[in-house]
Amino acid sequence: MNTERQIDVAPEEDEDFDVLVLGIGNLLWADEGFGIRVVEEMHRRYRFPDRVRLMDGGTQGLYLVQYVRAAARMLVFDAIDYGDPAGTLKLVRDNEVPRFMGVKKMSLHQTGFQEVISAAELLGWEPAAMALVGVQAEELDDWGGPLRDGTRARIDPAIDMGLAVLAEWGIVPTPRTEPPAHGLLRHDLDMTAFDAGRPQPIGSI
Amino acid sequence: MTVTTPNGFNLDSSGRRVVVDPVTRIEGHLRIEVNVDENNIIRNAVSTGTIWRGLELILKGRDPRDAWAFTQRICGVCTGTHALTSVRAVENALAIDIPDNANSIRNIMQLCLYVHDHIVHFYHLHALDWVDVVSALQADPKATSELAQSISPWPMSSPGYYRDLQTRLKKFVESGQLGPFKNGYWGHPAYKLPPEANLMAVAHYLEALDFQKDLVKIHAIYGGKNPHPNWLVGGVPCAINLDGTGAVGAVNMERLNMVSSIIDRAIAFTEQVYIPDLVAIASFYKGWLHGGGLSSKNLMSYGDIPDRANDYTESSLLLPRGAIINGKLSEIHPVDLEDPEQIQEFVSHSWYKYADEDKGLHPWDGVTDPNYVHGPNLVGTRTDIKAVDEGAKYSWLKAPRWRGHAMEVGPLARYVIGYMQGNAEFKEPVDKLLSALDVPIDALFSTLGRTAARGLECQWAAEKMRYFQDKLMANLKAGDLNTANVGKWEPGTWGKDVKGVGFTEAPRGALGHWVHIKDTKIANYQCVVPTTWNGSPRDKDGNIGAFEASLLDTPMHDPSQPLEILRTIHSFDPCLACSTHVMSPDGETTVVTVR
Repeated sequence: MNTERQIDVAPEEDEDFDVLVLGIGNLLWADEGFGIRVVEEMHRRYRFPDRVRLMDGGTQGLYLVQYVRAAARMLVFDAIDYGDPAGTLKLVRDNEVPRFMGVKKMSLHQTGFQEVISAAELLGWEPAAMALVGVQAEELDDWGGPLRDGTRARIDPAIDMGLAVLAEWGIVPTPRTEPPAHGLLRHDLDMTAFDAGRPQPIGSI
Repeated sequence: MTVTTPNGFNLDSSGRRVVVDPVTRIEGHLRIEVNVDENNIIRNAVSTGTIWRGLELILKGRDPRDAWAFTQRICGVCTGTHALTSVRAVENALAIDIPDNANSIRNIMQLCLYVHDHIVHFYHLHALDWVDVVSALQADPKATSELAQSISPWPMSSPGYYRDLQTRLKKFVESGQLGPFKNGYWGHPAYKLPPEANLMAVAHYLEALDFQKDLVKIHAIYGGKNPHPNWLVGGVPCAINLDGTGAVGAVNMERLNMVSSIIDRAIAFTEQVYIPDLVAIASFYKGWLHGGGLSSKNLMSYGDIPDRANDYTESSLLLPRGAIINGKLSEIHPVDLEDPEQIQEFVSHSWYKYADEDKGLHPWDGVTDPNYVHGPNLVGTRTDIKAVDEGAKYSWLKAPRWRGHAMEVGPLARYVIGYMQGNAEFKEPVDKLLSALDVPIDALFSTLGRTAARGLECQWAAEKMRYFQDKLMANLKAGDLNTANVGKWEPGTWGKDVKGVGFTEAPRGALGHWVHIKDTKIANYQCVVPTTWNGSPRDKDGNIGAFEASLLDTPMHDPSQPLEILRTIHSFDPCLACSTHVMSPDGETTVVTVR
């Protein structure tokens, strides 16, 4: 780690995009971090046109409304409880998205992303398209733990699903020949450092 | 049978038990159980955090310079406050001073979070406890316009504006997709506002939702990105170049001006929308002054917003510091976060174990060792709880105490302490509000008092943003562009075994992080967060916590529609994500599933 890594951040134009690729979840709770890890890996592998914003939305809930509103098209990655076998990937679109994120037990977040979508709509947001790539999580009950192997193995297929959706929207990224100067996540929250630095886990409660 | 607690509350658990789980419109998972008497008045209250925590379990062995980034993730609401507290704790441990500009910028970011959080809380989380959205459909737009214009010069107030809004709302409600409004007991008799006041409040709900996007730009500019702005041990991670142009690189004049104009709008919004709405809504609820609990007895604030960089003493902190105990409001005790005798956490009623559970542990010596056991009076099973046994362990929150006392923290605590210190910045607005509502000072010690103090503090914070932005500009124009002290960045410059404490006043109350750094790595890291203070379970002596105390003696119209409980708990702006994993994700075991 060096100071440059921390102090060279350029202020971004915050809402200057029309396609939002959003990972949501809490990366401190094992498979809950899936959505963020997918977007992190997409950013590591591909360079996207300026009109596309890749975002680590965390568990920011209502604070994400302005980014959702700024997007004509939105692709969301998340860990979802569909009651399917662990590791099942599912793609849902448009009007199906809020339903899948809002039904009891379907959204694993404390602040419902469905509410974010309806708040944006109440403010006049009319997206041209919306898609959600969700994985059936295997393990959430592991504070500070990594993605489970089965879930981690779904990152690549989830990226492929997402890229297919983006291609329909006319977005084709360029594969990077070398990794980006800065990852989407830093300060040891990137997947490699996060997993490597985990203290000895305590026993299960 | 009635039991009197050492902190002066009467508890009677003989009546019907009502369980609310989860409490909605808060961050995190909270369960409330109460006993009501034959008149549906609450006679016993039990607050259970249903998530467990322990940041040291994630941070041990990591680089202390990155701790802020991890603490930022424990919660979706007070991200920035945790980050700030973390960098302060590490700077305290490593004896790092920050430059003046960094202090001004950090204060602006923290104050911006106050304004943001308070507005979002009032309009998007709490207002629905007072405002009946469905009733707004019955309002006369013209009468709504007259009402709005009679209380504020805010320009968006024409009959046409309210008519359009009502049409949109109607369409939304008719679509069956109530969205953010689905969690309400619409038509409950505890709602007292006329339809026009409801429509006005709904309009401002949407305006606030729209306005928050401007507020977060301040975080994007000074924090380099948003969501999850960057922080830096030793200062702030933004370089400043007044002559620079374009978006890449440093913060330039254009961006500083943008911050300035957003601050102006924040001041206007709080003065012309938030405060008038608060007064208008409160005027219909003057007869509902329940929910005081600990607020007239035991209050604490660590203080925050240092006027002078690196000076965290009372004289520098613009938000007051101190503790009030046993109802002696005029006696403000000094608070020292490093004194092992003052702040201690107890676990006799918490799902953790200590070697000796009669003793509390200061956070530097804190231990987070889960122990999920129930008492003999548990109703149900470990995984399907009908009612907890509050005589034994019953919460994932520890019980923090200040010199043995359960304390309430938050905006009301800050305002009462500031008021009792005679600080005009806090006293005058309170007196003005009380006189506008024609209520005595005792009215402050209530659910509504908490809500009012938050509104006044929002206005205070907006004005202080202006103060620090002006201070920053003056300093920059005088040629000081320094924003970071990197003299002790390299671990080779650090002590081998050092401890530090960092504190802030988070929007919802006193927040402390205690860090122990050994051989350049984190050896222990403990957070005591505001909702652990307020949502605290009982301690070994039987003292009840602030949530529990606040619910006592409140009459409920209908225990199956616990609007009164939600109202009072929401008035604390609880946030349990950081205070406490889902034990049983949805609480299906409950008597009341809250909408």
